[in-house]
Amino acid sequence: MAEAGRPEPEVLLADATREGRGRLKIFLGAAPGVGKTYAMLEAARRLKLEGRDLVVALVETHGRAETEALLTGLEVLPRQRVAYKGRQLGELDLAEVIERRPALALVDELAHSNPPDALHPKRWQDVEEILAAGIDVYTTLNIQHLESLNDMVARISGVRVRETLPDRVLELADEIELVDLPPEELLARLRQGKVYVQEQVARAIQNFFSKGNLTALRELAMRVAADRVDAEMAAHMKRHAIAGPWPAQGRLLVCVNESPVANALVRSAKRLAERLRADWIVLHVTTPGRESLPEAAKDRIGETLRLAESLGAEVVQLAAERDVSQQILDYARTRNVHRILLGRQRPRRWLAFGRESVAERLLNRSADFEVTLISADAETQRRSAITGMRLKLERDPKAYVWALLLVAAAAAVAFGIDRFFPVASLSLVFLTAVLAAATRFGLGPSLLASVVSFLAYNFFFTQPHHTFSVSSRDDILTLLLFLLVALITGNLAARLRRQGVAQRAAIRRTANLYDFSRKIAGAASQEDVVWAAVHHVASTLQCRALVLLPMSQGDGGSSLEIVGGYPPEDRLEVKDRGAAEWAWEHGEPAGWSTATLPAAAWLFLPLATGQGKQGLLGVCFEAGRAPAPDQRRLLETLVDQVALAIERTRLVADLEETRVLSESERLRSALLSSVSHDLRTPLVAIIGSASTLLDEQAPLQPAARRELVETIREEGERLNRYVQNLLDMTRLGYGAVVPKRDWIDPREAVGRAQRQLAQPLAGHPLQVDTAGAPQALLADPVLLEQVLVNVLDNAAKYAPHGSPIRLEMTQAGDRAIIAVADEGPGIPAAERERVFDMFYRVRAGEGERTGTGLGLAICRGLVEAHGGTIRAEAARPDGGGTRIVITLPLGPPPAPSVAAQAPP
Amino acid sequence: MSEVLARILVVDDETQIRRFLRIALEANGYAVLEAADGATGIALAAIERPQLVVLDLGLPDQDGKAVVRAIRDWSAVPVLVLSVREAEAEKVAALDAGADDYVVKPFGVAELLARVRALLRARQAPDAPPAVIEIGQLTIDQARHQVSVAGQPVRLTRKEYELLRHLALHAGRIVTHQQLLRAIWGKAHEQDTHYLRVFIGQLRQKLADDPAAPRFILNEPGVGYRLLSG
Repeated sequence: MAEAGRPEPEVLLADATREGRGRLKIFLGAAPGVGKTYAMLEAARRLKLEGRDLVVALVETHGRAETEALLTGLEVLPRQRVAYKGRQLGELDLAEVIERRPALALVDELAHSNPPDALHPKRWQDVEEILAAGIDVYTTLNIQHLESLNDMVARISGVRVRETLPDRVLELADEIELVDLPPEELLARLRQGKVYVQEQVARAIQNFFSKGNLTALRELAMRVAADRVDAEMAAHMKRHAIAGPWPAQGRLLVCVNESPVANALVRSAKRLAERLRADWIVLHVTTPGRESLPEAAKDRIGETLRLAESLGAEVVQLAAERDVSQQILDYARTRNVHRILLGRQRPRRWLAFGRESVAERLLNRSADFEVTLISADAETQRRSAITGMRLKLERDPKAYVWALLLVAAAAAVAFGIDRFFPVASLSLVFLTAVLAAATRFGLGPSLLASVVSFLAYNFFFTQPHHTFSVSSRDDILTLLLFLLVALITGNLAARLRRQGVAQRAAIRRTANLYDFSRKIAGAASQEDVVWAAVHHVASTLQCRALVLLPMSQGDGGSSLEIVGGYPPEDRLEVKDRGAAEWAWEHGEPAGWSTATLPAAAWLFLPLATGQGKQGLLGVCFEAGRAPAPDQRRLLETLVDQVALAIERTRLVADLEETRVLSESERLRSALLSSVSHDLRTPLVAIIGSASTLLDEQAPLQPAARRELVETIREEGERLNRYVQNLLDMTRLGYGAVVPKRDWIDPREAVGRAQRQLAQPLAGHPLQVDTAGAPQALLADPVLLEQVLVNVLDNAAKYAPHGSPIRLEMTQAGDRAIIAVADEGPGIPAAERERVFDMFYRVRAGEGERTGTGLGLAICRGLVEAHGGTIRAEAARPDGGGTRIVITLPLGPPPAPSVAAQAPP
Repeated sequence: MSEVLARILVVDDETQIRRFLRIALEANGYAVLEAADGATGIALAAIERPQLVVLDLGLPDQDGKAVVRAIRDWSAVPVLVLSVREAEAEKVAALDAGADDYVVKPFGVAELLARVRALLRARQAPDAPPAVIEIGQLTIDQARHQVSVAGQPVRLTRKEYELLRHLALHAGRIVTHQQLLRAIWGKAHEQDTHYLRVFIGQLRQKLADDPAAPRFILNEPGVGYRLLSG
């Protein structure tokens, strides 16, 4: 309990969540005609006089003059015209109300159902959205629409109300005003025709408006209002930390199963919990046997659990191996439950002999709990009888045939034994057959086997032979034993098999999830993940599936796009599109089977992770085939996994993008420094030399003049080679280098490269060995020449002046090998691969000429464009010197004997 | 060098290039006319009747090849084209349009002057070729169909001889693949460049010409062959 003086946290929390929301006031009445709408409009008029900005969003006057009179002077919003079943309906225009943004909106008949195409199926959901927009709402409600009173109202009035309202909504109301009218006066108004009654239900209504009914409904309405006042009082005391006389909170545990009584049980539990001001938990224990329940029963459990959730219960599902009651008790103890509610079962039939019902076991064992049994009315009992059958006989006729064959085999064996060494206990042979039939084929065939076995045994092996007469007590015992064995073993085997089936189903589910997580873990790209997801969801749940992701648009915004579907789907109906957009905006499921746009064919589930919304998963089941609750749960698990996987690919893509960006940033800065250094150095030399030559103040010796002029030419040529490399690099970067391959004599390329490099090679005797060179090579002559120029230029740069450079060209199989070796310092082993990277330079010592870091990178690009390789190695065993080895494919052998083709 | 060897028209839009060509050519005894665009170039070629035209392929007002064609309409004046390395197709197209040879930019003056001399020599040559052509160590006796290198006779087949003779008649100048094929094998074989590769290979072997360090025959990839003129 809270300390004195400090408000209880949950009350503060409730207050905080109401912050920013509009306030809801409900005018509650016991029956139509008590004057709720009238009271609401009167209240509104008073507020209007006080200057409150209010609009009538929707009020049904049903043509009553006095009510209509109250509307004058109030702003009435136009209704949304909706065509439904050939009629024009005037519905609440939700968008209009939110757009208008009044301080208060009047919305009549909270329990009203919207036409199927509306955004929400129920009006109270519209009202929730209006409240969420910060607009206050006045509304009206008749007591019989309240969900938890549904059964009671049906019992009192004989009319089951279809339009129900979750109790939660009533709890949301900040204020409830009871509009009361004594039954006599109401009946008088009815007689005067002042109560609106729809034609088609007039007759039913006549029964409804009896004095007894009205009195009972009036009491219900008053009780709800009183409960409400009581709750407000309690909340007020808690808020202001007044120690009060409310009882310590306990917990109710409601146990439900597939029985049709369950819904009524949940509703009573809700009322009880409210009266006790206790939390309540609705528990469903699944057993292995549950896997073999018919689909209808599974659906019913799902419905019950949804109802419980909508009534505000905490819903829990547990799995138990065998002992359901023990599971329930264990759970009740962990949750500090003080009272357990069960539905009372019909008395068990004889088939269940020897087995206590769960309720009986609970009653026997639960010393520390109050146990309340709630029984259903006669009608639901009858309905339950249809599905209550537990005993399932094998349907497959083959199983019965096999059982008979087993007995025949047993009879044959018994004959054999009888012939060769007669014994008394031949019945055991038949018992074996019964046992076998029971374990293999279940209860039905084993019963058949036991009867036939008994007959065969009696006919062939007991005195008098070849008659069916039962003479001795022995025989009667045999028959009884056979039947007993068949029953016990058959039941046992059937349960074992059921458990096996259940286990297999569980294993399948686990395997399915495991399979899926492995599939999407292996998917590298977002596309792969999406495809794996839709394919998996579609095949496991037998539905259509698609994934929508936000795609950025050219104008900076983004829109949801279908990125994958199975079977492929590329557009959605308007309605589905609307559901998808709503789900995306609100981050909640929308579309089919949800509270928003349920008329859509698709159900959209948000793919959300801790990082936020990733996209939507859409599923579409065949018409009328709703997914079972466990399929729904599977779907939710899958949704989480898909969301995580998509997020992962998104993060990976972001990372990759960053990496590429930083790499291209590095290249850009390397290029800039290269251009500024390698372009400028020769220019400095050229400009310097030229201006020295121009200087008339300092006459130069002819030798000096010549030297300067040669510098200008050399540097100019160097500049030219550099520009050529820049051009080649750019073209390689764009993938624009397509070798124009032709049959060439590779030695010619050596010759031309040598001529281009006459100047740089001046200080290095070039030793060319082409003795083993191939006669012809399929290559681009210009590009090959460029490769040789770069390699030779590089060698000349690093080799000490005067040292020779060796070029050797040989053939190895279908490849040409060109090796260029120098006697320079060599490249450290660790860097031999990196020298082919763009802008990579081996650190040069002081005063050495440095390369541009382009030449070898371009060589690699050009050689690889030819399908060849290039590598660096040490020229000498001591690691000194560099040898660049180029390998090029010769190409397909030249056309056979072209010489012979040429006319002589 | 007081006598002018020849009048040369330089058509290039780059002032610096025109200036350096003028200085280099005038220093070597030629008279130089300058034009900065194609239209002026064509006009000057018609009015001044130069003995040689040096033409840049990249002109601002019209395509260099169009200028070659315009000049070829009424004149057989030798045209030397300035081109860049990447554009083999461009060179071949200019040669097809009627240009006589090309130099790849950037070029040395020595190379340019060699081309100019080769072109002018062909123009001044008498109509009947000399009976004996001598190019460096290579001697071709046209009357006796005999070839020798450094005085050593070389035995050539008919086609090899034809090939060598055709190159020798245009010594120092480019002869395109198509021109060679047409002259020796006929128009039908204009595309069969592999004939040339085979026969040039055999010719080089017989002349003891190392492709890695050629003395006689130079291959210009994608364009044609040139017999070195000294």
